[in-house]
Amino acid sequence: MVRNLAMLVGAAFVAVLGWALIGSISGLISDPVAETAADRFHLHPKEVEFSFSGPLGKFDQAQLQRGLQVYKEVCSNCHSLSHVSFRDLRDIGYDEGQVKKFAADWGAKQPQFDEKAGTWGERANLPSDHFPKVYYPGQGSPPDLSLITKARHEGPEYVYSLLTGYQAQPADLLAKFPDAKSPNGTFYNPYFANLNIAMPPPLTSDGQVTYLDGTKSTKEQNAKDIAAFLTWAAEPKLEARHTAGFVSVIFLLIFCFLAWGAYKNVWADTEH
Amino acid sequence: MSFPWAKHYAPTNPFMKWMDDRLPVPRLVYNAVGAGYPVPRNLNYFWNFGVLAGAALGIQIITGIVLAMHFAPNGAIAFDSVEHIMRDVNGGWFLRYAHATGASMFFTVVYIHIFRGLYYGSYKAPREMVWLLGVVIFLLMMATAFMGYVLPWGQMSFWGAQVITGFFSAIPGVGETIRIWLLGGFAPDDAALNRFFSLHYLLPFVIAAVIILHIWALHIPGSNNPTGVEVKGEQDTVPFHPYYTAKDGFGLGVFLLVFAIILFFYPNALGHPDNYIPANPLSTPAHIVPEWYFWPFYAILRAFTADLILPAKLWGVLAMFGSILLLLFLPWLDSSPVRSANYRPAYRIAFFVLLGDVLVLGYCGGSPATPFYVITSQIAAAYYFAHFLIIVPLISRAERPRPLPNSITEAVLAKKGGTSPSESALAGAH
Repeated sequence: MVRNLAMLVGAAFVAVLGWALIGSISGLISDPVAETAADRFHLHPKEVEFSFSGPLGKFDQAQLQRGLQVYKEVCSNCHSLSHVSFRDLRDIGYDEGQVKKFAADWGAKQPQFDEKAGTWGERANLPSDHFPKVYYPGQGSPPDLSLITKARHEGPEYVYSLLTGYQAQPADLLAKFPDAKSPNGTFYNPYFANLNIAMPPPLTSDGQVTYLDGTKSTKEQNAKDIAAFLTWAAEPKLEARHTAGFVSVIFLLIFCFLAWGAYKNVWADTEH
Repeated sequence: MSFPWAKHYAPTNPFMKWMDDRLPVPRLVYNAVGAGYPVPRNLNYFWNFGVLAGAALGIQIITGIVLAMHFAPNGAIAFDSVEHIMRDVNGGWFLRYAHATGASMFFTVVYIHIFRGLYYGSYKAPREMVWLLGVVIFLLMMATAFMGYVLPWGQMSFWGAQVITGFFSAIPGVGETIRIWLLGGFAPDDAALNRFFSLHYLLPFVIAAVIILHIWALHIPGSNNPTGVEVKGEQDTVPFHPYYTAKDGFGLGVFLLVFAIILFFYPNALGHPDNYIPANPLSTPAHIVPEWYFWPFYAILRAFTADLILPAKLWGVLAMFGSILLLLFLPWLDSSPVRSANYRPAYRIAFFVLLGDVLVLGYCGGSPATPFYVITSQIAAAYYFAHFLIIVPLISRAERPRPLPNSITEAVLAKKGGTSPSESALAGAH
């Protein structure tokens, strides 16, 4: 009884799926999926070597400081970093006094409600504050960057590729997809999902940022440094995690070895 | 109940004697996972996975309770509170990554546990109740995992909740009303987030309770084994402790090693990057996908693209729930008296085809719904239903099983000596 009923139910599901399959196949024949410009021209991020890649990778503190400078001088005009606190900068090699001054000098201020006046005002940033949110009136707010390297596949490589990937639209793209011309106000970038990004190229020339540590400031160097900095911003505990992982794996290897010995010892006289 | 030769708990320590007369918890433990539980001596490593699933649940409960101390179930700040855990709570990154990776580890070991049961016929008489309770645990796990994934309130959390609760709107007539009632609103918001948090905290303890029933039901007939042959006598078994506690200890070590490698070195490999974008009801992600452990079921849902008497969406939802609920009938669909697929040549082939089929479904479920993946899912989903509802019942009637060993001991000695069961029976133990 159960089996006969089950076969009926099974036959029903298979029949409905067969019907759907016929529909899918005939749909595919009568109305084949057209390739889009994004299918053809979208590129995966470039290969980039970062000091923090791999299971035992560590941040390069000088690079993070350079990246912070790029963020401050270029990105922070439009993009927030709202999950990061000024005090967190002590982790990338600044002392308490430097952090205090850095926070106080930061361009965007903390909004503060004046109870007496009943109006919103501003105050200077303190080390305990998060980076203030940046508003971009009229355009909507560009994405917050505190988690951007975790919110994209191959995040650090993506950031680097996007910043160095601006180019003129290829001629064969326009020849093959005449309707795919970048809309006004967007810029062609094959590393962006739909190829046309609203962000104007932020890094336009070498030497745009003058590094304090004397590193040669090329567009590629700027892009790599900001990608590293944003990786730190998204995953500030990466080094602690790698260290804890190394210790845990060693511990567990020893544990497994001893547990395996105990297992073999207990079973030594028992065929199984 | 247990086998007559099971060791009896006989405390010598005066305190344990005193305790045993008043609240015999040590006796319970002794009989459940101690020397008082005789277990077939020939279990292979696939029998480690039940204990590993229990360990995974324990890890989820402990990390989850501490995470709940720092998490805020409120749509405005839930996402930020998770980042607060990652950045400002001492060891918070460890707790959260352990909990997120732990969910994947839990499902991994449970899937292996389920497929072990399918291969070795552990669902058959007299262990039907063990299997039924296992299916209940699996359903509870799925509900818990789904609601847990909503809590960080990222893009995939929000849109996943939107899609999954949308299933209920497929019910004819009252569907939309039920959906709104379940969500506490027209779309996922604070009300949904709060009740999901509440239930996500409750259900693991329900799972723990059903696990107790699952183990209780298992201890009535005792564990199955790779031959599927019943225990015939004392020589077929060893006491759980120290034999299987030692083996499970080693298994647990390997499990934790794999767990640690993912947790510490690739913590985001199993998640979706979009969940690091705060939930935004006005921006739909390009591809909404659930967590990897739901992909096979998601592929089944999406395979139903045509209306036939019922609307396609309702077929999809029925099939998706049906694909799990049909497991409840498996003990009666498979009428073969032989348990282990080692002795069932036709079933063995069907099993491996099913395993491949589920992997294909999983791959399709995680991919965008392009025609290629939809067509593949349709074929694979049809095989999935055909396997359980048509092929297995037919095989179980038509198949000629290979000869079974007379006992577990005989099979063990034949394997060691490299001779056939009958030869080793003639030669006797060596």
